[in-house]
Amino acid sequence: MVEFKDIHKNFGKNDVLTGINLTIQDGKTTAILGPNGSGKTTLIKILLGMCHSNKGDILIGDSTTKNNWSYRKNIDYLPQIANFPGNIKVKEIIAMIKDLRHQKTRDEELITYFELKPYLDTKLSHLSGGYKQKVNLVLSLMFDSPFVILDEPTSGLDPLSLIKLKDLLKKEQDNGKTILITSHIMSFVEEISDHISFILDGKVYFDGSIDELKSTTQETDFEYAIANLLKNDHA
Amino acid sequence: MLKILKYSFFDLTRSRWSYVYFLFYLLLSSVLLFLNNDLSNTIITLLNVVIVLVPLIGTIFGVMYYYDSQEFTELLLAQPIKRKSIFLGQYLGVATSLSLSVLLGLGIPFALYGLFQSNVIFDFLILIVVAVFLSFIFSALAFNIALSNTNKIKGFGYAILVWLFLAVIYDGAFLIALIYFQEYPLDKFTLVATLFNPIDLSRILILLKLDISALLGYTGAIFKDFFGTITGSIVSLGVLAVWVVLPLWRMLYVAKKKDF
Repeated sequence: MVEFKDIHKNFGKNDVLTGINLTIQDGKTTAILGPNGSGKTTLIKILLGMCHSNKGDILIGDSTTKNNWSYRKNIDYLPQIANFPGNIKVKEIIAMIKDLRHQKTRDEELITYFELKPYLDTKLSHLSGGYKQKVNLVLSLMFDSPFVILDEPTSGLDPLSLIKLKDLLKKEQDNGKTILITSHIMSFVEEISDHISFILDGKVYFDGSIDELKSTTQETDFEYAIANLLKNDHA
Repeated sequence: MLKILKYSFFDLTRSRWSYVYFLFYLLLSSVLLFLNNDLSNTIITLLNVVIVLVPLIGTIFGVMYYYDSQEFTELLLAQPIKRKSIFLGQYLGVATSLSLSVLLGLGIPFALYGLFQSNVIFDFLILIVVAVFLSFIFSALAFNIALSNTNKIKGFGYAILVWLFLAVIYDGAFLIALIYFQEYPLDKFTLVATLFNPIDLSRILILLKLDISALLGYTGAIFKDFFGTITGSIVSLGVLAVWVVLPLWRMLYVAKKKDF
């Protein structure tokens, strides 16, 4: 279980998070939603220790993430923008990350699954956006960790790859993994997630299942329900 | 940390600039040896090049490397690796590869010329020690600058300014101060002011070793007078080490606090 306790974060005068309280249940898929710039990525980066919160604490199990790095062994993280060093080859970066982490991997399986075999000797700067995202997916999912964080996993993927990604994630759910995703593709979120956390103005504005969201907003369509949340706040 | 060091190092050995840097020293020392026909003289000539060029390349290369590998750094930050290891590894990778370029570039021609049979081997060694120190000092300064500036243009600007200040302006300002206050006893001031500039310190260290009083200049003469040759060398080596440790400490501190 991951527990966010009163997380505050500001960048200069810009208050991004103003007291996030959130619990992520083990074995469930939670989607963090919110408008652009609402701090979804920042929240994930704080969880990973890439950013430091100004206030508050994150507990993974019983241990805090502060001044701790070993908890990341159990996390697979897919960053939002796949920026890779351009002058190295696909297989080199995979080998590099494998060597750095020294954990059991299933890279072969994922390379075949995402049809990356012909591109293994290609330099990363020569790959298209969609293929970069596939490399990104292989890099982040190959360690088979129990906790998976996906920041905009769908960006740049064609419909076929998107279906493949969904199938893969469903398999992971069946294996009992805890998944945390952010996405702006509502159909994807609706299909994949058990739980929705909606962030607005730096706070958790709604936290519950999709059905609860629909009944609260009295909308039958998920996309409209989300839009309703946004509209009612700014009305 | 060693793995990061390994990757940074091999990444740099594949970079064209490392070879350009290496070939430059190779060519320079070969030509100088050929023209001077004398090891000692060549060392003195090289001294003047090394103490200006090593800091320049160290700062520019350090800043460039940091900005270039930013994306990879972010990838690493999400992995189960200590932050300290990432930055220390990258820094050591840069500093070591720069040092190696100088060492090989100067070392090969000197070795072929018969350095090991001559009696100036220690003079040459001190030149190399100084070059290595300057590489480590200025790449640490470069990492500090780059870490504190997200804007690349600003980062490069500050890097050039730091180099310009320590290599050129510092001496000028120092000289003006000496002329302006020449009525006063300036020994202590000179001594302290020298300690604050690693380039001056390196120059004095080599000249003390070579024992060429004509080239020592005012600062060097005072240094020698105050410390004597042996103590002077030890003090300047010690201060150079402090010049490595302090920026390195700040670099790790800033890296620890930074948001990525």
